[in-house]
Parts: sequence; structure tokens; C-alpha cells
Amino acid sequence: MIPKIAYARPHSLKEAVKELSAPGTIAHAGGTDLLGCLRDGIVTPEKVISLSGLSDLKGIARTGDGGLRIGALTTLAEVADDHVINEQFTALAEAAASAASPQLRNQGTLGGNLCQRPRCWYFRGEFHCRRKGGEICFAMNGRNEFHCIFGGQNCFIVHPSDSAPALVALEARVRIANSRGTRTIPLDSFFVDPAKDVTRENILRPGEIITEILLPAPVTQMRSSYRKARARGAWDFALSGVAIGLRFNGKRVDQARIVLSGVAPIPWRAVETEQALAGKILDGETVARAAESAVRSAEPLSDNAYKIHLTQGIVHESLMALRPE
Amino acid sequence: MEERRAEPHDGNTDGVSRRDFLRTIGVGTLEAAVLSAAPLPSEGAPAHTGDLVPLVLTVNGRRNALEVEPRWTLLYVLREKLGLTGAKPGCERGECGACTVLIDGKPRYSCLTLALEADGHEITTVEGLMQGEKLGQVQEAFVQEDAFQCGFCTPGQVISAEGLLRKTPHPGVAEIRHGMSGNLCRCGAYDHIVKAVQHASEIRK
Repeated sequence: MIPKIAYARPHSLKEAVKELSAPGTIAHAGGTDLLGCLRDGIVTPEKVISLSGLSDLKGIARTGDGGLRIGALTTLAEVADDHVINEQFTALAEAAASAASPQLRNQGTLGGNLCQRPRCWYFRGEFHCRRKGGEICFAMNGRNEFHCIFGGQNCFIVHPSDSAPALVALEARVRIANSRGTRTIPLDSFFVDPAKDVTRENILRPGEIITEILLPAPVTQMRSSYRKARARGAWDFALSGVAIGLRFNGKRVDQARIVLSGVAPIPWRAVETEQALAGKILDGETVARAAESAVRSAEPLSDNAYKIHLTQGIVHESLMALRPE
Repeated sequence: MEERRAEPHDGNTDGVSRRDFLRTIGVGTLEAAVLSAAPLPSEGAPAHTGDLVPLVLTVNGRRNALEVEPRWTLLYVLREKLGLTGAKPGCERGECGACTVLIDGKPRYSCLTLALEADGHEITTVEGLMQGEKLGQVQEAFVQEDAFQCGFCTPGQVISAEGLLRKTPHPGVAEIRHGMSGNLCRCGAYDHIVKAVQHASEIRK
């Protein structure tokens, strides 16, 4: 049962960030993650500030430079169904469509999807782990088949979002609002590495929210995709996944962004792979070598070495599928 | 005592229907839990009147003026305050789909929706799919295709099917499986459920 909370639904962004600047408050977008966290005592706010009254934060629109502005409160279903996103920002449409279930996609928002808390069973369970201010990461010596193989330090969560890696691959930026105004940053620098701060997943400070996600104008020879492997076909978080954004110059890759999901505490740029692909034609050998390079720096725990092979395979398959005809 | 605590929709008092019997059992269980001060299995905490806030909830076309605690979920209010027990508490964490209702025509988990968040929206529960005393078309299709065993998940399945068919009137099998993927059936009646959705798609007008 959810403990007692107070609730407010402001109707302007200004009011909302003011309310959220007060201690003991927490933002409610779609609520799909928040309500679970409240029930499980993962967060213990006194007051929930609902953002659902902020209609400016909903919807998808073209920007002046030919890019796309997606309001942070746009639902995953709306993102998955959008014609322009499907045509020009395919990785995002595929990621949104593969996240959660129909009911959750009708409720969960794109902004909320970027801010969701990790699904580590120790974090969600009754364990006073490092992320909750404790001394121990229980996954290091406990059950860790769903934990990270990259970037684990102090804490071995995986970032649960599907949309985040897709948006990073598409070079998205996010606009963040607080009581003093707004700022826009690359989404790639939004997430916090546990080596830097183990208690938070993103840079948002109290009183700050994401207001919109901005996608740059698509270049003509851009191809992108998102694919994930999961334990259940129906719906599940990624065991491993990859978002790929490729800009082509003829048959050659001009620039590559390869972002892994389900294997690291943040959406994980496979920089070596990106470099291995630049200037290359995607023949079988190049793709095989690129897929191999994606997992070279993996450091598995006791139960999750399978993720190395899974990741290599999924990168391989996804790159092959993106080859120009 | 139990009877007074039951829902506002008072049933016929001559003879106890199966539904009234189940209601009474449900309420009795709740009271026993309160009396023994044991932790409640579900959301059934007594209201602290000082914390109640007004809410008008539009359910199945009917406006209901209520007072709710901010922490109450839509599922709790539907079942415990409005007597609409079609939506079921299963996992209460957005995984099983037994609590599915339509909000503005789209399937959503009522266990993960604060009642206050439903303010200003149209809610449809399985009760709202009835056509008078007759079953609605999707409900009828589930009966025809024998698309359930224990029936606990059925209201959520029916609502998901209704939502799917409103969006995609003639779905293929893959679309049905995808569209129904947010509802679990512990009895494993999935093949029959897919057939029921196909059948509903054919008879639905």
C-alpha cells in the first residue's frame, strides 16, 4: 500500500518547478515507475507534484531547423505510433514500441522513461545497498544475472530505459527547467556514472525536470534501429540491446553511434565500435569485427557472462540489417 | 454489519446472488484485517477523513462526486468506493493486467494510476461494456470462444481487447498477441483469448 502523501497538480511550469524545489517533493509524470517506488518505499516523499496539468509538455512538433521537439510528457505509445518518428527516427520508434506493455506505453512518458529508477532486485528489495546510501553492493557477490558487464563500479545496475540509448544514438538533447530558467544539454551527458555518484542516475537536481527532448534534423543518408533481447517475448526489460545510428556517405559509413542497453549503468556508448565503423563499407568482415569490438572491454560478474555473447550477436545482427541495399 | 459497508449499488435483497455473496466475503475479509490490526494485503486502509480531497470521476458515462485520499489508486476507488469490482487487484505493480481499464479509450493499469490523475478523463470498466443486461460484443466473444478458465484475468483481458479493437479494428494474430501482451493469464488460455479477439473483431460493429 502507498504510504500517505500530499498531492498537487500545478498548471504552469513555473509553479511546478517552484513546488518541486521544496524538500520532500517528487515529480509524477506517467506514474508507472513512481507508484511502484512509492509502494516499495524506494522513495519516501511527503508530496507528489503531478505534471499532468502541464499541457505544453505534451506532443510532437517540427522545429524551425527541421528537427523534432517531443514534449517530455508525450507517452511512449504516441512516440511509437508517430509517423515522422517511424520514418526518420526509426530507432526511437522501435525503442518506444519495445518498451513495457501496451497499458504502460499508454501511460508512461518519454521524459519519465529517461528518469526511471533501476530495476536491480537488491535496490528494489529490502537491501540497504550503496545506491540507497549503504555500504554494500549486494549484486557483486549475490545473484547478478541481470546486472551490468560494463561500467560497474560501486554499483552494478543496468539502466532500464530502451528509449534512452535510441535517443543517444540519434544525438538527442534534453531541455531541463528549474526555477531560474531552462538549459539544453546533450542527452549523452544526462546520465550519471556510478563511479562519480552512486546515489543518482541522472544530473537532475531537486526542483528540476525535463521539459522536452530535441532531435536534430535528420540527414538524408541516416539509418537507425533499436533491437533488444529479453527473457520473455511478450514484454520485459532488455537483457541486452543496441541502438544504432549510422550516417552514410554512399555505401560507406560516415559516422556511427552505437549505444548499448541492458548491460551498463548508463546508456553505453561503444566508442571503439563507432570508430571501427567510420569510413567503412559494411561488409561481413567489418561487421564481425565491429561486433567483437563492442564487447572487448566487458567485465562480467559471476552469472552474467552470457550477456557478452548476446550483445555481440545483437550488434552483429543489427548492423547487418542496416546495410544499404 | 458487512452489508452496510457494501457498495452503493445495493443489490436485490430477496435471495443472495453469487455476486452479493462474493462482495460480502470480500468486505468481511477487509474488516477482519482491520480488527486484527494486521498489515492489509491490498489498498484497503481506512480513510483518514482529514486528508480527503474532492474528486469527480467519470466512470462508464456516469459522474461520481467523491472524496479521496491522494494515495488511493484508481483501482481502489473503483472497487471500494464505487462498487465496480470488475477490475481486479492482481500484482498491483503493473505486470499482470487484471486491473486494466480504459482511460479516454486507451487501456491502462488502474493499479498504477492515482485516482486523482483520472480527474477529467473518461473511464470505462468491464461493467461499462455491457449493453443493458446483455453482454457486450467482446465479452460475448470471450464466452463463445471459451477464452478463460478461472476467469480472474478476464475483465482485464476483455478491456485490453476492447482497447485494441478500438485502435485496430481488424488486427492480425501478431497484432493481437502484441496488443494483449500486457495481460497475463495464469490458466494459460492464451490461444483461446487470441481466437476471442479475432471473433470479437468479426462481430464488432
